[in-house]
Amino acid sequence: MQTLTRFLGNPVALIGLSLFLLVAAMALSAGSLFPNDPLDLAGRPLQWPLGNPRFWLGTDVQGRDIAAVIFHGARVSLLIGVVATLISMTIGVLIGALAGYYGGLIDEMLMRLTEAFQTLPNFLLLLVLVAVFGSDIKTVTIAIGLVSWPASARLTRAEFLTLRSREFVEACRTIGMRDIQIIFREILPNAMPPVIVYASVVMAIAILLESALAFLNLSDPNVPSWGNLIGGGRAVLRTQWYVSAIPGVAILMTVLAVSLIGQGLNDALNPRLKRR
Amino acid sequence: MSGPLAISGLTVSLPAGADRPFALSDVSIDLRRGEIHCLIGESGSGKSMIANAILGLLPENVRISAGDIRFEDRSLLTLDDREMRKIRGARIGMIFQEPMTALNPLRTIGDQIGEMFQTHTALDRATIRVRVRSLLSDVRIARPEEIERAYPHELSGGQRQRAMIAMALALEPAVLIADEPTTALDVTTQAQILALVRDLQARKGASVLFITHDFGVVAEIADRVTVLQNGRVVEHGVRDQLLNHPSEPYTRELIAAVPSYLPPPSIVEQAEQILTISHVSKTYRRFGLLQRSRRTTQALSDVSTSLTKGTTLGIVGESGSGKSTLARCIVRLVDPDAGVIRLRDADLTAMSRRDLRAQSRHIQMVFQDPYGSLNPRRTAGELVTQGLIIHGMPGPQARAEAKEMFAVVGLDPQAMDRYPHEFSGGQRQRIGLARALALRPDVLVADEPVSALDVSVQAQILRLLADLRKRFGLSMIFITHDLRVAAQICDRVAVMKNGEIVEHGATAKVFASPEHDYTKLLLRSIPGQRWVPPSAGAYLAATAS
Repeated sequence: MQTLTRFLGNPVALIGLSLFLLVAAMALSAGSLFPNDPLDLAGRPLQWPLGNPRFWLGTDVQGRDIAAVIFHGARVSLLIGVVATLISMTIGVLIGALAGYYGGLIDEMLMRLTEAFQTLPNFLLLLVLVAVFGSDIKTVTIAIGLVSWPASARLTRAEFLTLRSREFVEACRTIGMRDIQIIFREILPNAMPPVIVYASVVMAIAILLESALAFLNLSDPNVPSWGNLIGGGRAVLRTQWYVSAIPGVAILMTVLAVSLIGQGLNDALNPRLKRR
Repeated sequence: MSGPLAISGLTVSLPAGADRPFALSDVSIDLRRGEIHCLIGESGSGKSMIANAILGLLPENVRISAGDIRFEDRSLLTLDDREMRKIRGARIGMIFQEPMTALNPLRTIGDQIGEMFQTHTALDRATIRVRVRSLLSDVRIARPEEIERAYPHELSGGQRQRAMIAMALALEPAVLIADEPTTALDVTTQAQILALVRDLQARKGASVLFITHDFGVVAEIADRVTVLQNGRVVEHGVRDQLLNHPSEPYTRELIAAVPSYLPPPSIVEQAEQILTISHVSKTYRRFGLLQRSRRTTQALSDVSTSLTKGTTLGIVGESGSGKSTLARCIVRLVDPDAGVIRLRDADLTAMSRRDLRAQSRHIQMVFQDPYGSLNPRRTAGELVTQGLIIHGMPGPQARAEAKEMFAVVGLDPQAMDRYPHEFSGGQRQRIGLARALALRPDVLVADEPVSALDVSVQAQILRLLADLRKRFGLSMIFITHDLRVAAQICDRVAVMKNGEIVEHGATAKVFASPEHDYTKLLLRSIPGQRWVPPSAGAYLAATAS
């Protein structure tokens, strides 16, 4: 409760939250504002924004309504962001918790695995995964989740390392609690605040990764995503720059919103750090 | 008869929203030339705030609203930062509680002491070296040449504190402020440091303002004493007068809470041994790829002892003696390498994890740290019911049981839904006790359960423990570094050193006629032995009330 008041009392967090709500509102209203398939030909290609009252953000190379793609793209970006973050966090927290709690051989093995993932640039790994398993939107989302967990695993492990030697954990063991229960019900809630903050970073990265893939024409082409729009505008970047710039601004806003929320969460969950 | 430092009517106000408006209110202390003046009080009494006020190191948004601090006929409150820096360190020296945090880990001891001269004097390097060397031998550090070149982490706690004292004395200050300088040290080291402070004070003639919470230390070292409570001076006077004939009720209460080091006569023992520990050893190994990162520490070697039903076995020793490892072996938080621990007829060391979990209710543990031993995200009630539910009791019944336990340990059952941070240190220790006792154990292992508590709270918890022991027929293993506490609560004691039990016997006998040299040294080191608290003997007898 106190955390919530602190969060809402923070101007940075409020800006982030309102930007995020704006994007969410776009995603929700996409269906009613633009009922037609946004990928269909809507009018003459490459009309400038504000030129034609029907297409206030103009049209792209293939004559699609940019406004419609932006609104529908908000859905895709948020969906990818949320689902990939969930996948990444689940893997990361699980591996980090087990490694941190048990230590020893289990820790060594899990951390070497984590390092193996960390040493590969995650975008390259993503490219490989998409190249092998195809660029269906589900595959792309899962692949993004799979490449972005190592940092959260390390973070969770570090939290567990400090918490597992606390006396309350020993107390749980002396009353006969099982390890699984100690890890997930006793330690994890105490380890969560920094992990939750980090989740916002992962979400921003996930959205960027999908856009980068789409820019290289490697994301799902049958989905109206912002990245696809940028990728499509690449050919006319010097003359009709708005085709790439408008979705670029949308991505910027969303990533900014998510990281501002993350910063606000950080301040709200660690109030002592902020006052310094 | 005016001394170098006089504090008069000092009032320090706290920012709005603090638990009280004033950190200090109308405090007057007159430090005379060549005396050791002890400031004693419990946590929150404002004793450290006085030291900070003298040195001009008050935290932000805390300010002096009335009164004066005069040092050598100048008011310290009117000095600006530059003038204050000249006094701090040079004219008023300071010794802190934890020397490790007060020393720079990246510079040698010699360097750091030499810096005092570099900052405050115009001496050349060669002279400084000579002075540093002579200071180190002044504080009776062994092998001063080596220590000079050593880094703080290479020194023991006692050596570090000696180095800190050398640094504080470097410029022959008129006043030395010592803020709990021996609290973090082992009792034998503490005795040495106290003797050193006494001796240096006599030789150099400085006045010492000695801040402590320990009446034993006061009895050992003080000339005069000021007692503080909630930022006010309760009483001040000459040591012997104050210790033996305190006039204020608060002082009397505090002194009554000091356990005497004279143990009461032992109770006749029953024959049945409930817990036997035989030939237990434990070695900690650190593995590493490199040879030099491998390390082995022998924490316990061939430890054998036993606990008689219904009695308390004290395990005393200094830090690193292996007493906590032994406690953790008994509740199997640590697996011993060798040896057998038997609870009645059951061999605990041979049990599988599953069997251990099932029998864990027979041996329970109370921990040292009242802040770290309770999960901050669980309510007090949950913490106590958890164990019962794990061992198969249905929720509502467990809650009723927990409620009863709360009353038993002297907590308001209404407070079950509150979180640990809403309780005081003593209350949290009661929650820890309720959690352990809810499972109705036969054996309670208490690992330094009162060492983080103020002396008056400590007395309450010890009385509660003695009371509960009788009421539940508990047998108890009580781990402590405090021999006074051990004397009062334990029927038998085992003295540990470097992972071995060096002496073992009935408390009264061990305290009266110790056999092992180390036991003799430990007992000699108890501060304030010549002073017997007026209430001696009645310590735990007050249980009934």
